[in-house]
Amino acid sequence: MKMKWALLTIIFSIATVLTGCDNPLAVLDPKGPVAANQANVIMISIWTMLIIVLVVVILYAIMLFKYRASKSSDDYVPPHVEGSHVLEAIWTIIPILIVIFLSVVSVRSTNEVEATPKGYEDQEPLIIYAASSNWKWHFSYPEEDIETVNYLFLPTNRPIEFKLYSYGPISSFWIPQLGGQKYAMSDMVNTLHLAAETPGEYMGRNANFSGSGFAEHTFNVKAMPEEEFTKWVDEIHGTAKKLTESEFDKLLEPGHVGQYTFNGTHLDFRPAPEHNHGASGNGESEHSEHSDHEDSKKADEAETEHQH
Amino acid sequence: MDYFDRFAVPHSSPMIVGSQIAIAVTVLAILVGVTYFKKWGYLWREWFTTVDHKRIGIMYILAALLMLFRGGADAILMRAQTAIPDNGLLDGQHYNEIFTTHGVVMILFMAMPFIIGLMNIVTPLQIGARDVAFPRLNAVSFWLFFWGAMLFNISFVVGGSPDAGWTAYFPLASVEFSESVGMNYYAIAIQIAGIGTLMTGINFIVTILKMRAPGMTLMKMPMFTWSILITNLIIVFAFPVLTVALALMTMDRLFGTNFFTMANGGSDMLWANLFWIWGHPEVYIVILPAFGIYSEIISTFARRNLYGYKSMVVSMVAISVLSFVVWAHHFFTMGHGAMVNGIFSITTMAIAVPTGIKIFNWLFTLWRGKIEFTVPMLYSLAFIPIFTIGGVTGVMLAMASADYQYHNTMFLVAHFHYVLIPGTVFAVLAGFTYWWPKIFNFQLSERIGKWAFWFIVVGFNVTFFPMFITGLDGQARRMYTYSEATGYGPLNLLSFVGALGLLIGFAFLVYNIYWSTRYAPRNITSDPWNARSLEWATHSPVPEYNFAIVPEVDSSQAFWDSKNNGPALFKGKYKEIHMPNNSGVPFVLGIIFFVWGFAMVFSMWIFAIISTLGIFACMAHRSFEKDHGHHISVEEIEETEKKLRGANA
Repeated sequence: MKMKWALLTIIFSIATVLTGCDNPLAVLDPKGPVAANQANVIMISIWTMLIIVLVVVILYAIMLFKYRASKSSDDYVPPHVEGSHVLEAIWTIIPILIVIFLSVVSVRSTNEVEATPKGYEDQEPLIIYAASSNWKWHFSYPEEDIETVNYLFLPTNRPIEFKLYSYGPISSFWIPQLGGQKYAMSDMVNTLHLAAETPGEYMGRNANFSGSGFAEHTFNVKAMPEEEFTKWVDEIHGTAKKLTESEFDKLLEPGHVGQYTFNGTHLDFRPAPEHNHGASGNGESEHSEHSDHEDSKKADEAETEHQH
Repeated sequence: MDYFDRFAVPHSSPMIVGSQIAIAVTVLAILVGVTYFKKWGYLWREWFTTVDHKRIGIMYILAALLMLFRGGADAILMRAQTAIPDNGLLDGQHYNEIFTTHGVVMILFMAMPFIIGLMNIVTPLQIGARDVAFPRLNAVSFWLFFWGAMLFNISFVVGGSPDAGWTAYFPLASVEFSESVGMNYYAIAIQIAGIGTLMTGINFIVTILKMRAPGMTLMKMPMFTWSILITNLIIVFAFPVLTVALALMTMDRLFGTNFFTMANGGSDMLWANLFWIWGHPEVYIVILPAFGIYSEIISTFARRNLYGYKSMVVSMVAISVLSFVVWAHHFFTMGHGAMVNGIFSITTMAIAVPTGIKIFNWLFTLWRGKIEFTVPMLYSLAFIPIFTIGGVTGVMLAMASADYQYHNTMFLVAHFHYVLIPGTVFAVLAGFTYWWPKIFNFQLSERIGKWAFWFIVVGFNVTFFPMFITGLDGQARRMYTYSEATGYGPLNLLSFVGALGLLIGFAFLVYNIYWSTRYAPRNITSDPWNARSLEWATHSPVPEYNFAIVPEVDSSQAFWDSKNNGPALFKGKYKEIHMPNNSGVPFVLGIIFFVWGFAMVFSMWIFAIISTLGIFACMAHRSFEKDHGHHISVEEIEETEKKLRGANA
């Protein structure tokens, strides 16, 4: 009995916390369409699942309350009941229906978050290459021809296409309030679609364990109106120094560094491993040869020609 | 000096030095103690060389309990480190080693062996057999597991612990990013134990299929035996994948091949796929036997037959099949696109259906029952709602797009602990308490057991529930520290408090064993719980040959039926019984494997070659050995039976 009440209290307190509004949880406090989609799916699943938990807990409470030995007479002998086709069919079919419902929700929203966010289809996305190295993030803006380290400026109300890869162990690029994460790996480029709708500063981090510096493998994200973003880019063109190959190599060495800003991108001398795995939204991933693979340790042999 | 250096722990700390001293002192104390009390002969004759499934089972459980406390110590350290923001108790490297060994130890050296221990003790008894199909092989399995586990455990005092997570994702686990010998230990120790597990799988499939008592058709097997059969089928299908993956990993690390590395065309995704093709079924290897244990206990203490026996069997078969087609949900975020993710999302959610069937069948086994709240029953009842929470959060995680947000967060950590702790840990504690009187002929104290139960159940929820919330707030798993600004502090502190509750609960468990061994009454019957299946039909403790006369069975609860005016179980007269002989070879083989593993970890090739020859010598010895076992005469059986009946009267 005690346990049942403890559980009920827990369930209701989580429900309260989840719906509470004074200090919302990051994942449930979306600032862009992708995260909003995901928060929506999460809330649908929480409510559906709460119904199931409730049914189980109520049945459980009834069984424990009604059929405890201390309540029944000494000569009561429980009957032999094999089962019931009707009842067993009910608790097979209803879960199947729930799973079908959630499957539809899941597949639809998975397709949505793998594509350009809804309402932004006709806009040209801003492409940002996000490469991780132990334990830094390198952000290249090829069109703007600038690169930042450990911080990210984004224009609001514009689709953004991240190209993710890694110069070290698998990392996971994650900005909870803008959308779910995706892996950055050394042998392929992953595409992640995001968009920010509210200007503000957000937490970004590597979510996948990548060694001793993992806990501090974070970056700052600042979303701002388009004009402000353009101004920032212009400013960099005027002030920041050029990213050289040797400087980039130095940055690749394991360790933590602060934030940096450069003119030019590392894509010029160290292109992303884009020769394969073009999985970007429609589920088609091509598994081509990994022959021209890149190795961060073999910096000098790196191809200097563009591959993308 | 150089020779000595390679065995030194690269990231030494006072804690590790303390452990080194403690381990050395303990080993010395055991050696001196056993010598002083002149117990070497007894240990060798009765335990090290035994091929008796019951004794092997006891040794499995003892080892698993030891590992539970090793993994538990890791857990407490982790929660202590993250209890407050910017804590300096452990450094990053040390924390990484601790969560890696916590995962490996708990899954592979605690949960599985505990289950295998229970199944060793119970399965042959439940099917009315005299032993397992291959008793000698069973001993080999145990000693390979044991020495594999020991090899893994010395890593933190000799050479350094593995530090790339229990999933050992590449390229992080490669020599390039994990330079110490820790990941070598991982690859080789798990390999040794895994070979033992694979042989157990084969052994128990054959045992269950070929050695059932007359009349016990498949659909008359007790549910625990069913769960064990299916579990072992999963083992036989899944473990070869692990064997291959670990072999490739060993080659990458020791011989410079490039299967999973960053250079020369290695693929990190290949490791992830191989790991989870084994790893996901592995989850069901430790969960399905728990379902079997709960089925036995719930029907025993609800005083009712199991509701929906057939659908329970069908749902377990369905789960075992589905367990092989969901592995990609462990890396929805690896970029295989919407289509693949969609398919794996659906197959994963489908597992909820058979699991749900089981939950409702258990609930309806309580219906019109006469429920007694014994300690094993309490664990089984606590399991139902807690596991339901674990299950429904699993469905939430299975929704691919939402998983992009949960992946690698504390939400996931909370989910799998909500599945594995009520699923496996509660189950083995319940089973352990339930079958204890069968093994030792006295009961554990119900009073102390209930104290342990409440601390464990409440402590568990206080520890892990907050993680659902911090996960949704963006706390990634495996972070050794976080800043105060994140706001994760209070809930993490709460988790630590819960972990202390768990610690107290497990302390009660140990105290219970101590107290009951000293004071519990010895005049109990061989069927103290008024149970239903065959293992309770023989004496406690069980004689070497299990059943003096092989029982004849015609229902899934044969013993219960025979107690309630059904047909007699034991018909006919005593006959001579053929039993296998003890053998020292499995134990020796285990030690040689340990030496081989150690030599491989440190790339000491001469030792490795010599011990490889030793392994082959053991096998050759076996193939030339003429051992036809021994016979127990009718007089001997009569004498034993008379004595045991006296004890149980």
